[in-house]
Amino acid sequence: MSMSDEDKIIEEATTGDYKYGFVTDIESDLAKVGLTEDTVRFISAKKDEPEWLLDWRLKAFRMWEKMEEPDWAHVSYPKPNYQDIIYYAAPKPKKEYESLDQVDPEILKTFEKLGVPINEQKALSGVAVDVVMDSVSVATTFKDKLGELGIIFCSFSEAVKEHPELVREYVGSVVPQADNFFSALNSAVFSDGSFCYIPKGVRCPMELSTYFRINEANTGQFERTLIIADEGAYVSYLEGCTAPQRDENQLHAAVVEIVAKKNAEVKYSTVQNWYPGDKKGRGGIYNFVTKRGICAGDNSKISWTQVETGSAVTWKYPSCILKGDNSVGEFFSVAVTNNMQQADTGTKMIHLGKNTKSTIVSKGISAGKSQNSYRGLVKIAKGADGARNFSQCDSLLIGAKCGAHTFPYIECQNKSAKVEHEATTSKIGEDQLFYCNQRGIKTDKAIGLIVNGFCKNVMDNLPMEFAIEARKLLEISLEGSVG
Amino acid sequence: MLKINGLKAEINGKEILKGLNLEVKPGEVHAIMGPNGSGKSTLASVLAGREEYEVIDGDVDFDGQDLLDLSPEQRAGEGLFLAFQYPVEIPGVSNINFIKTAVNEVREYNGLPNLETKEFMKLLKEKQQLVELSGKLANRSVNEGFSGGEKKRNEIFQMAMLNPKLGILDETDSGLDIDALRIVANGVNELKTKDNAFVVVTHYQRLLDYIVPDFVHVLYDGRIVKTGTKELALELEEKGYDWIIDEFKETV
Repeated sequence: MSMSDEDKIIEEATTGDYKYGFVTDIESDLAKVGLTEDTVRFISAKKDEPEWLLDWRLKAFRMWEKMEEPDWAHVSYPKPNYQDIIYYAAPKPKKEYESLDQVDPEILKTFEKLGVPINEQKALSGVAVDVVMDSVSVATTFKDKLGELGIIFCSFSEAVKEHPELVREYVGSVVPQADNFFSALNSAVFSDGSFCYIPKGVRCPMELSTYFRINEANTGQFERTLIIADEGAYVSYLEGCTAPQRDENQLHAAVVEIVAKKNAEVKYSTVQNWYPGDKKGRGGIYNFVTKRGICAGDNSKISWTQVETGSAVTWKYPSCILKGDNSVGEFFSVAVTNNMQQADTGTKMIHLGKNTKSTIVSKGISAGKSQNSYRGLVKIAKGADGARNFSQCDSLLIGAKCGAHTFPYIECQNKSAKVEHEATTSKIGEDQLFYCNQRGIKTDKAIGLIVNGFCKNVMDNLPMEFAIEARKLLEISLEGSVG
Repeated sequence: MLKINGLKAEINGKEILKGLNLEVKPGEVHAIMGPNGSGKSTLASVLAGREEYEVIDGDVDFDGQDLLDLSPEQRAGEGLFLAFQYPVEIPGVSNINFIKTAVNEVREYNGLPNLETKEFMKLLKEKQQLVELSGKLANRSVNEGFSGGEKKRNEIFQMAMLNPKLGILDETDSGLDIDALRIVANGVNELKTKDNAFVVVTHYQRLLDYIVPDFVHVLYDGRIVKTGTKELALELEEKGYDWIIDEFKETV
């Protein structure tokens, strides 16, 4: 294998006498199978990290060792053997093809339906093209523009090197290492991810999208994202991609942390379309993600919007800690499960400050033999005078073999708080389908139409371009679900 | 255009249509009347291809094609339109998006490209005026929160947009006040040409004051037992159905 520039840099940086006092063959690009303290040290060394970060990882690792994999979610899957995973592989380009003819025709069909331009198709499926260079230059142009405003948007590793003081201050401040089994695992072995800082009073003029970094090294299965909006700042951040993503790693355990200071606002939108496995559920990805934001300052706002269509098993609860007075948390979610997929997703809204407000709108769509659960916690602390929450959880069933479940938890310790919860379950009716058919609309298209109507008030929260793609994605995900 | 021959259909094992014959030619308007439970709505549903109904005998020719062989959406593509007695609500889907999807699906079926937005908007405005449908309804969800009259006008509006060869109106007049009735009827009259045809299923003669039929058929016990001209409708209004039923029973 030829060594990429990045490998060389890593190698150069790590071939000196190793000060942490362990010996591993750092010529190798792969960590040894399994997870021990040495693995953590190996990763940290490979990435040439400062000592404080290694200590931070080790602390996480030691806590993880004592933790048990949670089993309270309404999902069942064979538990991964954590000692049978390779936790670090040097960043290398995805497998390259010479032309699109060599790519799985199923994937190409989906690209076509999504309307992905041919060059992007190539980039996404790993065909070697110049377009990658194009997108590097595009990304660079954006970077210059953002730089003028003092906005930092880079990979997590770069941030560790260039802005260690920011990373050190905020990493783990919203999702502590020992928050849960998967966050502890991520904290110990995270590979890379994104970092974003918006300085005081700056309104980020464009949607920040990880898409711009699509051509960068594979960030791998343990991704870590940190977004900080300083006082009065605003940013809209997009994660993910509607194109189907395959990955050899079955287990994905990402962590996302958001900090919104006084008067700041962060809007975080995700479209997740990891490979869900085949019709029998074989080979799909386990997506166990911890996402949390803190409205640290008064009048701040964090808004999560997610469209989840992929993964074999999803375990994900983007949450808000409403600490600042008058702060606002929002969660808008569409989760689609088809075939054998299982999703247990929802949110936590923790009201600490006075007059804090939260809104939860969750739309679950189940088809095939899938299981779709909403799980949410609304917690009003003693001091949260005048706190308000409104939750709406709607489930739509397609066919008779799927399941929809709702697990709302409310803990209220303040008498002045107002908490409202609405829930509905409906089925796509024969009448609706026949009405569409009679107007000439084919059944698959009719389902897409009805489902998009059902999700409308969530989709409306997505940035325009994202929303258009997400709508198409919903249609595609449910194709053939009524036979 | 439409030729129904010995049509027998059942739902949940109960035979509703028991050998029905009917022929509709281009440029004609046929009214189907009859007492409750005679099979009027069943006929409309079977022609549109609703799955719950099972055709057990007979055949239906639609412009040279075996209609019963086609799926509901293919029938729509071939130019068959059913104005529903109870139009269905589709929450979150705007009326305009719905009809645009329908128009383009039917065009695709007929090998035509999607309508340009500009052309579509022009068509939309024109047809909205035809049934005096407020522009505001275009952005509301399909039939959601529409009044009874608005729903029925919306059906005629969709029919106008799709410009079918054969329009079947299933008790479109039920629940309409006289103004709405006039508007709906006016819409149909405006759409009428020498090349298309309408089958109007109704309980009451009053709709036929506005939509003048070429033929009036009385449906009873799953068969057409009497056919006449518009005068028959007036006679039915005056004398009810009993005399026809008696007549029919004598001949059986």
